[in-house]
Amino acid sequence: MSLTTPDPTPTTTRARPGRLAPQPGEVIDRRRPVTFTWNGVTHRGFRGDTIASALAASGERVFSRSYKYHRPRGLLTADFLDPGCSVQVGDEPNVRGGHRLVEDGMVVSSQNTWPSLKFDVKAVNGLAGRFLAPGFYYKTFIKPQRLWPLYEKVLRRFVHAGEITADVSGGVPGETFDKRYAHPDVVVAGGGPAGMAAAVAAALAGSRVMLVEEEHELGGHLRWGDADDREALRDLRAQVAAEPGIEVLTNSVVSGRFDDNWLSIVQRGLPQVFERLIKARAATMIVAPGLIERPYVFEGNDLPGVMLSTAVRRLINLYAVRPGSRAVVLTANPEGDAAVEDLRRAGVEIAAVVDARAGDTVVRATGRSEVTGVELSTGARIACDLLVTAVGWTAPTSLLNMAGDRPVYRPQAARFLPDPQRMPENVLATGGIVGDGTVTELVAHATAIGREAARRAAARARAIGEAVPTRGGDAPALPNPDPTPVDVPVLAPADHPELFQGSTHGFVDFCEDVSSKDLVIAVKEGYDSIELVKRYTTVTMGPTQGKLETVNTVAIVAAATGRTMAETGTTTWRPMYAPVTLGALAGRIHEPVRYSPMQSWHERHGATPLVAGQWIRPEHYGDPAAEVRAVRTGVGIIDVTPIGKLDLRGPDVAQLLNLLYVNKWSKLGIGRVRYGVMCAEDGVVMDDGVTGRLGEDHYLMSTTSSGAATVWEWVEDWLQTAHPDWRVHVTPVTTAYASINVAGPRSRELLAGLTNVDLSADAFGYMQVRTGAVAGVDDCVLWRIGFTGELSYEIHVPASYGLHAWERLMAHGADLGVQPFGVEAQRILRLEKGHFIVGQDTDGLTRAYSGALDWAIKLDKDDFVGKPELVWQQEQGVTTQLVALQPDDRTTVPEEASQILAADGRIAGRITSSRMSPTLGRSICLGQLEPALAAPGTVVTVRLVDGRDIGATVIEGLAHVDPEGARQRV
Amino acid sequence: MMLLPCPWCGPRNATEFRYGGATGARPDPVSATPQQWREYLYTQTNPLGWSREGWYHRAGCRRYITVERHTGTNEVRSALDTATEDG
Repeated sequence: MSLTTPDPTPTTTRARPGRLAPQPGEVIDRRRPVTFTWNGVTHRGFRGDTIASALAASGERVFSRSYKYHRPRGLLTADFLDPGCSVQVGDEPNVRGGHRLVEDGMVVSSQNTWPSLKFDVKAVNGLAGRFLAPGFYYKTFIKPQRLWPLYEKVLRRFVHAGEITADVSGGVPGETFDKRYAHPDVVVAGGGPAGMAAAVAAALAGSRVMLVEEEHELGGHLRWGDADDREALRDLRAQVAAEPGIEVLTNSVVSGRFDDNWLSIVQRGLPQVFERLIKARAATMIVAPGLIERPYVFEGNDLPGVMLSTAVRRLINLYAVRPGSRAVVLTANPEGDAAVEDLRRAGVEIAAVVDARAGDTVVRATGRSEVTGVELSTGARIACDLLVTAVGWTAPTSLLNMAGDRPVYRPQAARFLPDPQRMPENVLATGGIVGDGTVTELVAHATAIGREAARRAAARARAIGEAVPTRGGDAPALPNPDPTPVDVPVLAPADHPELFQGSTHGFVDFCEDVSSKDLVIAVKEGYDSIELVKRYTTVTMGPTQGKLETVNTVAIVAAATGRTMAETGTTTWRPMYAPVTLGALAGRIHEPVRYSPMQSWHERHGATPLVAGQWIRPEHYGDPAAEVRAVRTGVGIIDVTPIGKLDLRGPDVAQLLNLLYVNKWSKLGIGRVRYGVMCAEDGVVMDDGVTGRLGEDHYLMSTTSSGAATVWEWVEDWLQTAHPDWRVHVTPVTTAYASINVAGPRSRELLAGLTNVDLSADAFGYMQVRTGAVAGVDDCVLWRIGFTGELSYEIHVPASYGLHAWERLMAHGADLGVQPFGVEAQRILRLEKGHFIVGQDTDGLTRAYSGALDWAIKLDKDDFVGKPELVWQQEQGVTTQLVALQPDDRTTVPEEASQILAADGRIAGRITSSRMSPTLGRSICLGQLEPALAAPGTVVTVRLVDGRDIGATVIEGLAHVDPEGARQRV
Repeated sequence: MMLLPCPWCGPRNATEFRYGGATGARPDPVSATPQQWREYLYTQTNPLGWSREGWYHRAGCRRYITVERHTGTNEVRSALDTATEDG
């Protein structure tokens, strides 16, 4: 085709831009009109319209202002990628106007415009300074540094983005973000003819297939094609629909490919779910995204009215929108020629067809707020309101690059193509990304690829199944795939002229407002590698992430550096393939919450909940001080179910305990319990608890609540990796038992009526363990220990009877005045008694001698975990030491973590625990303190949070209440 | 996310496992110098290449496994149960 005779003056009677008569392939439903607002003005469209198509049908041409220069921008691609129509919908920013379907009552507004879309003050950026040079912000706003915050404030106003509110739920109540995990055999990324055919072939071969399409329906370019294309589309859609092994996800996108085909798929527009992130582990992925039409670089190429050929074909054929009145078409391929025919059919006057294959081209587009004329290479100037370019295709190889492929540039085809040699075994490609052909040829290639994908998926399933020793005998039979790869026909790319830039400079990156001139300047300034040019100019860094811009960038940098495009290479493609909302990434929160079996009782009795790791525990039931007094004077019960419990069995348990605890275990008799401290190999206190010996080879170990999971793994680690020969079996029983601590001078009295265990002091002494029935429940474990410092029994009841035992204790103890107490009262009680808490009174650097555990550490043992560090700590002395402190002002409770100062003002320690003691009626503390100040009677200064200093005195030992331990031994 | 071939459970997501770091021998606690002990505690070679490391299948069979993994490509050459050296 040659340049048609240009007609420089428009005819007087022209069809105006707007809605056309019904088109055979249109996707709008004319029986269902919708009304929405655009910048406050009511517009009408039809169901099936995108925001952009509905506005274009109303004759709107300007959709946004550009990022840096605030130039008016219209439609360029009229699809998801369109850089010119990111809009705000309700409280949701950055909505892709070329993709999102209009809905009744939608409130749509333009972004990055102030005070209005038509009159944008910031367009002065473009007028005054001509264009901002690359690195403008770096160069301009660098000095003085003290003005950086001010610069940031001003520059923020120029940022290209919408506005968010805290709750971005799409503005619809009940809509949430969701997550899903999937394990398909084959994921097909792209639902055009090749993707559909590949999915069908894979499903027919027995694979479970996910077919993922970014648009709202399957079909790809067939949708805006001719009657034959529509016929092929109907046939392919029928085949997909008939195949139950295919799950079709439209309005969804494979946004990233990670190790071992871990694919992130964002699924949009589900009922009640705003977006869902699917994490799919695919045996095989087929990449079939088709081709993306590439913009042409010339002066004025961003003016509203300059569009790609696919944009006008989509507008005409899918949405029945006449995109202009009088058009100039620059075409280098059959698709551009087809656009000319579509435009003619739509009643658009064709002012000129410029055939790039014949060497003709467009020099520049002119106009202020939209295109009004075009200057051609022939010198002709033609008035028009629409300039259509069809200068070539970009293969969106991003997912392949993420899989390790390095696409190679093919000059004859003017595009990058996948390198089959570098594709991993579990990734295949088909369709336009591989080559060109008729629909029949595309389908034939894709069918072979689909079968091959299914074959590889089956081979993988077989290999895995054969390798797993735990596969049950009744498991379904493994697939038996053909060992011979499927013969895949050649799909060669068609020749295409290399067309990237005309004779003038224009925009390369429409998102970031980067021009070809900026790229040339960057190269001149020394940024001669493509990666440096990218970072310096921000080209390809906008929301389209290079899908429109990268190849033009490579071409321009190649020309400016005198290298070939192959030598220049591309920038690195990283996830995400498409913009993804933070909401989709965050998804639904799946944090488990744990409750004890007594939770319903706590709730009924007004417990204040406390979040303790995954557990929800009663902090108190209204008055923790009263709870403390009840335990000191009568009896109280506390739910301590979260305490970690490990059942240890086997002849080598004592050996294991000797290794894991700093103290000695070999002589622990049956029926005895002992307190133990565990250190890590660096000597730092890791956990503590009591362990009781229930039988000859049977022990029950308790851990801190927060350490339960860690200690279990720790025990398994030592058993499996260091001493696999030791005969010990470990079973976690933390939630198999409900645990209740019965504490106070009258605890024996309370419990005695409910158990068959002899509780007398002689029969069941301090630090002993018994098993028996409690409240009629057999197989309970009772140990007599004293975290609170009172006579107390910790009873472990089979969990399903936990609530029963608790209620019986409360009922039976009513005449004794039994009081439930919470975690807060327990913390006060243990602080009064001087019992430290790992992680509260110690930290990640506290070795055992700093925890006042000298009495427990037995360095004469051959070995235990962390022993060498403790040997050296003992030799060299401690840097801090756990002490009990009494504030001189007995009414002041220093905040935990308050600093302790030496006489010269140095920080010499800190308060680790502090409370007002209801028992003593004065404030009490534990702290870590330099040894030089740790002697009893030493007066130190504590700096309070409000800056005041108070005096405090180090006391003897750690216990403020009952230092002799008489109360717990009765 | 990479898969780890658990010898008991087959290929499973790496998030089911806890990474235990490169495996090194524990020095004799009686004769070790502070220098040797702290190398054992803190010094990791962090190679770009093949690495022998421990993983714990905490959300699976709860076995400790020894994995030979290429840190550059995440390719796994072998994965054995640490206690039994079975694969």
